[in-house]
Amino acid sequence: MNYVGIDIGSTASKVVVRGEKTRWFVMPTGWNGRETAGMIQDRLKEDGIDVSGADTVTAATGYGRISVDFADYAITEITCHGRGGRVLAGDECTVIDVGGQDTKVIQVQNGAVADFLMNDKCSAGTGKFLEIMANRLGITLDELFQLAADGSVLPISSLCTVFAESEVISYIGAGKVREDIAAGVVESVAGKVAQLAQRQKLSDRVILTGGLSHSLYFSSRLSEKLGKNVEPTEYGRYAGALGASYLAEEKANRSNTGGAC
Amino acid sequence: MELIKELPEVFEEFAKQRQEAFLGIKQLKDKGVPVVGVYCTYFPQEIAMAMGAAVVGLCSTSDETIPEAEKDLPKNLCPLIKSSYGFAKTDKCPFFYFSDVVVGETTCDGKKKMYEYMSEIKPVYLMELPNRQSEDGLRLWKNEIIRVKEYLEEKFEVKITDEQVREAVRVMNDVRRSIKGLYSVMANDPAPISGQDLFHVMYGSTFKFDKKAIPAEVDALTEKIKKEYQEGKNVGKKPRILVTGCPIGGATEKVIRSIEENGGVVVSYENCAGAKSFDKMVDEEAEDIYEAIARRYLDIGCSVMTPNPNRLELLGRLMEEFRVDGVVEVILQACHTYSVESMGIRKFVNGQGKPYISVETDYSMADLGQLNTRIAAFIEML
Repeated sequence: MNYVGIDIGSTASKVVVRGEKTRWFVMPTGWNGRETAGMIQDRLKEDGIDVSGADTVTAATGYGRISVDFADYAITEITCHGRGGRVLAGDECTVIDVGGQDTKVIQVQNGAVADFLMNDKCSAGTGKFLEIMANRLGITLDELFQLAADGSVLPISSLCTVFAESEVISYIGAGKVREDIAAGVVESVAGKVAQLAQRQKLSDRVILTGGLSHSLYFSSRLSEKLGKNVEPTEYGRYAGALGASYLAEEKANRSNTGGAC
Repeated sequence: MELIKELPEVFEEFAKQRQEAFLGIKQLKDKGVPVVGVYCTYFPQEIAMAMGAAVVGLCSTSDETIPEAEKDLPKNLCPLIKSSYGFAKTDKCPFFYFSDVVVGETTCDGKKKMYEYMSEIKPVYLMELPNRQSEDGLRLWKNEIIRVKEYLEEKFEVKITDEQVREAVRVMNDVRRSIKGLYSVMANDPAPISGQDLFHVMYGSTFKFDKKAIPAEVDALTEKIKKEYQEGKNVGKKPRILVTGCPIGGATEKVIRSIEENGGVVVSYENCAGAKSFDKMVDEEAEDIYEAIARRYLDIGCSVMTPNPNRLELLGRLMEEFRVDGVVEVILQACHTYSVESMGIRKFVNGQGKPYISVETDYSMADLGQLNTRIAAFIEML
């Protein structure tokens, strides 16, 4: 058997296969989730994994989960990140997922999601904010973090991404160095993520997932703001897809044994 | 009364009742029946009913008139207030059009200030609702009820007798009893009907102007639901949700849909569409009927009250009676009282060992995706 987890995020689509075969890959979501899902299906087929076959169970998650019409299950990214967090950090942990369009703080207790918070209708404090600012500075996200580590923070006070971008433009116009602007940008996002996370009682183990999860600099800024060690995770961007693949397996086993799912 | 129609047909009729009432109100008006337009559960309907007036809930649940309202009111204001004002300003609400007078209350800050502007469009009588459920508050509220009675007497040149008020109390108590009887069927697990159908009946019933006819009709519906339940009809085993928070209806029914499309069933409504309006009776035998009415209405556990113990009392009782698995609170954008009270409600619900989620929303459909993700994740959690 193969258990496929597909996480169609707003920016990137992540795929994890567990079972007879093991695969991890990521591709840009592009403009059409359905097309991306088709591309994932083709790529898996090249690897000898037939998502419509009887020996494959697929769960889709992420905002584009409904676009994956070949999936056996569609599960929210909150449940999947919680399940992925459990694989990465155990039955008791807090998962901070900074995604392309939203940020979630998920409490995992006794191996299940016990509570969660999500940012509201605003891109400040998400990966989108960083992406926009990196574009404005003409660098990649990884370069943004590298530069930020060498800079000293220039305050970005606006709560709105569009206005914050104007602040960055003013700094560029005033001839400020890129390192300092980058540090200001990261600081702003870390501050907003911490604000959301502080509204919950954090577990002893806190891990970072999502597209920024491998950044040591970002996790250290978050750790300082929360007064708690926030662990970066090398494969944290796959947490949702990983969780989906575990849930696909569990749900399939449960329905095979006649239990309700 | 025996119900000869099929249940889906009856639910559909209740769902359409509000539209039907557009015609109904015109017919009443043509007959010379006074029409009192209201917005809030705090309005003591018995007083207007005592003089034979029709009481109608005014339009306040659609985003259609919000852009017009935002020309005058701040954008970052509760959608219910903006929608109400917008309907008044654009004259798009038939109920508003046919109302002889609008009665408002000093509930939240946004509403009481909005009424100042609304009174430039239509006669608005504002009742002063106390902030506290104290003995002083009760005295104030009783006086306000007598004052609104005197206002109506003068405006419509009628005399409202205590006996007429008492009779209206009996009629309204009977309505409350019948609706309570209806929603009690949801205590069964699995639930006999969907939360949407229940909502449509409760909401639709408030647009039936012949209050005396409601109990027989609702009782017959309840009997039919019970009978079909006995025969094995139900919605299946699902996570059982209680909805609390701001008033819902119209656009915000999206929350009920989201809960039920994502695998849950709404078994209880604590908010104004549900138990807040129907749970408590007025003491029909009280010596001072005005005090009895004042007591009943002032006891409503709305977040505009401080402190607000009655909300917790009702919430706790409903959670137990309806064997609730999780509580969803609906907060309308920029509603300060519900939004601040949310932390206390979360603590209370979690203290009962049940999960809680609050969703902030408005009357647009722009947040449907986010709403669905949150609610689906909440239901997956149960």
